[in-house]
Amino acid sequence: MIGNRKDLLGLEDVSAEEIVRILDTARVMREVLDRPIPKVPSLRGLTAANLFFEASTRTRLSFELAEKRLSADTVNFQTSGSSVSKGETLRDTAANIEAMGIHLVVIRHQASGAPHYLAKVLKAGVINAGDGTHEHPTQGLLDVFTMREHKKRIEGLRVAILGDILHSRVARSNIWGLTKLGAKVTIAGPSTMMPAEVERFGVTVAKSVDEAIEGADVVNILRIQLERQRAGLYPSLKEYSRVHGVTRERLRRAKPDVLVMHPGPMNRGVEIAQDVADGENSVILEQVTNGVAVRMAVLYLLAGQEAAGVVATETQTPNVEAAKSHAEPTLSPRR
Amino acid sequence: MPNPLCLRGGRVLDPARGIDRVQDLWIENGKIAGLGEDAPAALRNRKDVEIVDVKGAVVAPGLVDIHVHLREPGQEEKETIETGTRSAARGGFTTVACMPNTSPPLDDRPSVEYVVRRAAVSASCRVLPIAAVTIGQMGEALVEFEDLVNAGAVAFTDDGKPVKNAEIMRRALELTKPLGVPIIQHAEDPDLKGSGVVHEGWVSTRVGLKGIPDIAESVMVARDMLLAEVTGGRVHVAHMSAARTVEVLRWAKQRGIAMTGETTPHHLVLTDEAVATYDTNTKMNPPLRSARDREALIQGVIDGTIDCLATDHAPHTDIEKDGDFDNAPFGIVGLETALGLYMKALVEPKHLSLGDLILRMTRNPLQVLGRDGGTLAAGADADVTVFDPAQRWTVRAAEFASKARNMPFEGWELSGKILITLVGGSVTYRAETLAGSAR
Repeated sequence: MIGNRKDLLGLEDVSAEEIVRILDTARVMREVLDRPIPKVPSLRGLTAANLFFEASTRTRLSFELAEKRLSADTVNFQTSGSSVSKGETLRDTAANIEAMGIHLVVIRHQASGAPHYLAKVLKAGVINAGDGTHEHPTQGLLDVFTMREHKKRIEGLRVAILGDILHSRVARSNIWGLTKLGAKVTIAGPSTMMPAEVERFGVTVAKSVDEAIEGADVVNILRIQLERQRAGLYPSLKEYSRVHGVTRERLRRAKPDVLVMHPGPMNRGVEIAQDVADGENSVILEQVTNGVAVRMAVLYLLAGQEAAGVVATETQTPNVEAAKSHAEPTLSPRR
Repeated sequence: MPNPLCLRGGRVLDPARGIDRVQDLWIENGKIAGLGEDAPAALRNRKDVEIVDVKGAVVAPGLVDIHVHLREPGQEEKETIETGTRSAARGGFTTVACMPNTSPPLDDRPSVEYVVRRAAVSASCRVLPIAAVTIGQMGEALVEFEDLVNAGAVAFTDDGKPVKNAEIMRRALELTKPLGVPIIQHAEDPDLKGSGVVHEGWVSTRVGLKGIPDIAESVMVARDMLLAEVTGGRVHVAHMSAARTVEVLRWAKQRGIAMTGETTPHHLVLTDEAVATYDTNTKMNPPLRSARDREALIQGVIDGTIDCLATDHAPHTDIEKDGDFDNAPFGIVGLETALGLYMKALVEPKHLSLGDLILRMTRNPLQVLGRDGGTLAAGADADVTVFDPAQRWTVRAAEFASKARNMPFEGWELSGKILITLVGGSVTYRAETLAGSAR
């Protein structure tokens, strides 16, 4: 388990030590993924439910893969065609799932705070896979993990987060994770997409994308939702691209070894230029791979408690022993 | 008619007449007969007077709340006139004005008369119906103001929604001016509010809930101030929540414009920090705002910019409030905690004397409606609230007389324990803890 927590709802209330422990564990998981048979028995006997009340492809696949790599049984639930469309309440949906003997619930929901509600009413552990415009903690963790793997440290790192901060759960989780580990975070984006009193996060608000990119070690570019234009927050995508899009030209202001990141899916040619997305500084696909490792780490650590009640049958592998130096408990569930 | 009644030995507090001293209050035939020695000797010598010992308690004019949702007709699963007014009596209220956003809305004579009739047979306090400004509260066609006043309507509002159209608001003010009743504005620019659910500020930023900026309220109050000035009609601002709104109303009063305002207990005791746990019982409209707004509201109450104190009692079922924040309805119940919360917000920190608080919960709200009352003068209706300002009590929603339980004050310890509520000399509420009456 991470601290004494049953759930991972956001990075706001996770300590720097806990984050480091997750990142260290994720490194071990990354090694697991590089093996010929990338699977360990750690969560055998546990069942994880992936509840996706909002459309998602990569996050759902990433979680499902992480669960399978740890040998958990998985069930998936998606809103379309489910009983939610028949008027069932969130509580009933969750209670029914728990009645089926689920140990861990991964939830993506369009309402901020929905995972917090589930965490309150369920005995099962709850992992927030993105709630409304609040947080997306595993995305924040995988971004920090990717930065740390490349830059070796987070403290003092200059990270620019660019785009629609107001509606971005990725931005919030990044900001909490990075500031807790001592990074210097600068944000920039259209003023209509800047949340109220955002500087209270402990970030610097730049006047322009250029100013934010200046001297950056990392540039994390957020997806611009196409419907924001209709909501009157921005005149046109063309204007957005011109004023806020990250181009090769603009990227020259950053350090030469700058990391270019994006949580996906990208609007190529809008918030990120084609040659930036595919350029030598881009680690966008690596983020996807790391996402599986980070989610394995979170599942594994949260399942610490759950696993205690499950009969473990598998012996440990040498790599699992190595994990002990980074993070107890072991990769194999306790009896 | 019940026997004559004597409330013996209480601290009679009638701030509208500058009275604050320990004396007996005599009631006969549903009216106040007199105070202490001023009561008729014939009455004081009668043998059939019921005497209730209220030593140590405050005897005040009955509390008045001009912003209550009784939900009848049409939403009886949330509240009825019977349960809502029992809740009022338990909170010390003797008069409530009920909001017209029922189903159907109170926009014609039959619907207003329905409320009057239902209240006559089922209510535990006086019920003053407020009618809609526009048919169906749709903001387009005006109701028949004069007919509705004759049917019993004491004011007009589209509460739940604003009167958005400035031309409709202007005409409504012109037409109600000769009737002497106010338009109560649920001040909220719907475009600025958008789909917001909490105050726009640091908390909304942190928790990722969509914000409602304070200007959604203040912009409309500024507009209405000018409309009131031009038309001479009266605007009353419902549930004020923002510092800027207080400033606008203060300016309106300086300009001599006929404009009044109210606020609620929750806006004085809580800030938007309370929503950080996604507790749907902290979701109300207007939303809980910043600490700065809360301080400005308190200052507005102290200096009289905000004329009176209401509750915006808004019952909802447990099922509706159970779930995620975005999908829960706005509103909390308030009748049974109002006095205690106002004591906590205003009297305990010594912002207001007890008498000044009572004034803002009795005479002032009636004045907003253009009505007399709110005193214990001989000959007045014997609407009386007896409470112990020092007695601590704990809020337990399970004990409420209201059908609804939706509020965030469970377990709070408050002072201002209601002991007896009298309407027209009849007991509508009596605390179990009250010592038995002696003859």
